[in-house]
Amino acid sequence: MRVVAVSPAAAGRGLIGLTLADARVREPDLITVKHDPIADAALLEWLADDCERYSPTVAVDPPAGIVIDVTGCRSCDSQGKLPEAVSRRFAQHGITAATSEANTVDAAAALARCAGGATVSALPIIALRIDAMTRIALRRAGLVTIGALAAIPRAQLAARFGEHVPTLLARLFGEVDAPLTPRRPPPAIAVEHRFADPVAVTAAILRTLDKLVRSAATMLEQSGAGGRRFETTLFRSDGHVARLAIDTAGPTRDPHVIARLIAERIAALSDPLDPGFGYDLIRFAVFHTEPLDALQLALDGGGIADQQVAALIDRLTTRLGSGRIRRLARGDSHIPEQASFDLPTIVKQVWPMAERGEPPLRPLSLLVPPQRIEVMAAVPDGPPLWFRWRRIRHDVGRVEGPERFAAEWWRRPDGRGLTRDYYRVEDENGRRFWVFRHGQYGVEQAHPNWYLHGLFP
Amino acid sequence: MNKISSSIRREAQSFSFGAQAIDSRLPQGITRGALHEIYSDDCDGIVAIGFAILLALRSAPAKPIVLVRDERSVGAFGRLYGDGIVDLGGDPEKFVIIHTADALATLRSGADAVDCSEVGTVVVEPWQASPLFDLTASRRISLRAAKSGVLALVVRIGTAPVPSAAATRWHVKSAQSAPFLAAAPGHSTFDIKLLRHRGGICGLDARVEWDRDQRSFRDAPNPRAVPAVAIGRTRNTRIRRAA
Repeated sequence: MRVVAVSPAAAGRGLIGLTLADARVREPDLITVKHDPIADAALLEWLADDCERYSPTVAVDPPAGIVIDVTGCRSCDSQGKLPEAVSRRFAQHGITAATSEANTVDAAAALARCAGGATVSALPIIALRIDAMTRIALRRAGLVTIGALAAIPRAQLAARFGEHVPTLLARLFGEVDAPLTPRRPPPAIAVEHRFADPVAVTAAILRTLDKLVRSAATMLEQSGAGGRRFETTLFRSDGHVARLAIDTAGPTRDPHVIARLIAERIAALSDPLDPGFGYDLIRFAVFHTEPLDALQLALDGGGIADQQVAALIDRLTTRLGSGRIRRLARGDSHIPEQASFDLPTIVKQVWPMAERGEPPLRPLSLLVPPQRIEVMAAVPDGPPLWFRWRRIRHDVGRVEGPERFAAEWWRRPDGRGLTRDYYRVEDENGRRFWVFRHGQYGVEQAHPNWYLHGLFP
Repeated sequence: MNKISSSIRREAQSFSFGAQAIDSRLPQGITRGALHEIYSDDCDGIVAIGFAILLALRSAPAKPIVLVRDERSVGAFGRLYGDGIVDLGGDPEKFVIIHTADALATLRSGADAVDCSEVGTVVVEPWQASPLFDLTASRRISLRAAKSGVLALVVRIGTAPVPSAAATRWHVKSAQSAPFLAAAPGHSTFDIKLLRHRGGICGLDARVEWDRDQRSFRDAPNPRAVPAVAIGRTRNTRIRRAA
């Protein structure tokens, strides 16, 4: 076991990297805690969540860094004081944070890593994120500060120490654009409300949320767009962050609809919202927008009708989950269960016309998967005489078939598959079933199985 | 004038079966904006669901039809099949099917759907006997239906009737269909029985079949007169007596 990290009090004593036994010899009073990188990463994510109060663009910089992009962000503190504000906040969580602010991500990270330096040029080269071999090579070349390194022509640096050193310098001084990968996609629209004092009263929270939704809706209307994905983020004063996401079937910007969906979402939470000591910031963001023109009212009220049903579907989707609302769809296949099925979304479909005068040829409901039945047939490749389903015997009175479906042999590597022979049968009580024999008797199967696939009314 | 307008309104608020045997007994038809219950035995589950869908097609085929189904019921009676709905004369695009996890979700979703006046019919299908579907729940749904004008149908499979605020209560059972060529099963045929009616009509019992092309029920043709099989029997009474 080795020492990987130490507290501020033990920082200067050179314990990092020693084996535990050696460290104990040097410091008999050493208090040790087992290193848990997964918990550290989780804590970092938790802190990053809290940091989203300063800007929606936050990235984690493992193992122990957080990058906040405050470009164009209005902060509660004035811009210059942001590092101190973050430090104060982290101190409340019991965490000593080294913070800094700079024009580029790399410069800010370097400044934070070597606290005390006023400018990037004055920093030692340890602040650069380079491997140990290059660092030793730089030190042997007599280069102590980043300023000294930057003074050397870049081409020489590349030839001597490798391509990555000039690249790092360029990113440090903002000569190339260093992409920042935020933890979450930046929202299309975000509105927020900060409270001077944390608020714990649900009514006040909902009222604020309502106001935010309204202003977001106005912004959506101005840009002629509607949102498909909305997210409410509630920042608790003690650092906990609650997120409530809602998705809608179509683009919408009706504040009433959105507010109701949020209320449904809150009601559907398995853990109720716990305001604790209160929320001090509420943000409402629209993540996915689609064009939505002002609605033209149809003379017969068609536009409104579709809207009402869409609103109903949205509401139930939010409450029950997206997989539970099904619409019927058609597939491009002759296999019955793939020719028509239910889907959570709707696409415009073309349905076949039923033939005039014919009785229903397809069942109203399909059992998924088909259920095994025990069948007695007069001849092995003939229709059933009786069958047993769910322990009840049905004597077949009327029968039509077979309707033969070949297997989708082109999907199978061996180019084969079992044929299905479907029969429409009616038992002596007038119950109508759709049964099939799986495999042709004597050709594909010695003793083909029978299945019940569908039920007719 | 008032009388005429109210009769027109009633015309618009109700629909008929289309089958003589029922329409003659039920001149006012089935009221939209009310709750109706459809009972069936366990083994006739799909018949009750099918009958509810047919009533929906009869009432408002062009409006959305919302089915709220308990997922246990979906497991027992299968998922609705688009081609089968086409074969009954429905447009699968008008169907919104909601699979719920429990009785409370079924009831809440059903009530929400009934609130939406642009929906034509809401079919609620709870799983077996559910204590949540009591008089209060049915009263709530029926009041909402009266407000929105939506036809609310509750399908109760394998349970005994309980007190409810339903306007009518039906019991349906599958019946042998009139056979097609070569003894093929024919159109969907039902034995339906009116168990309860707000207007006091009782003892209505009929066999109807569904005519997909007209989107209408019709009286099932009489079972074809099958000549008595003469095995050791004769129509001649004198000989029969002797035998």
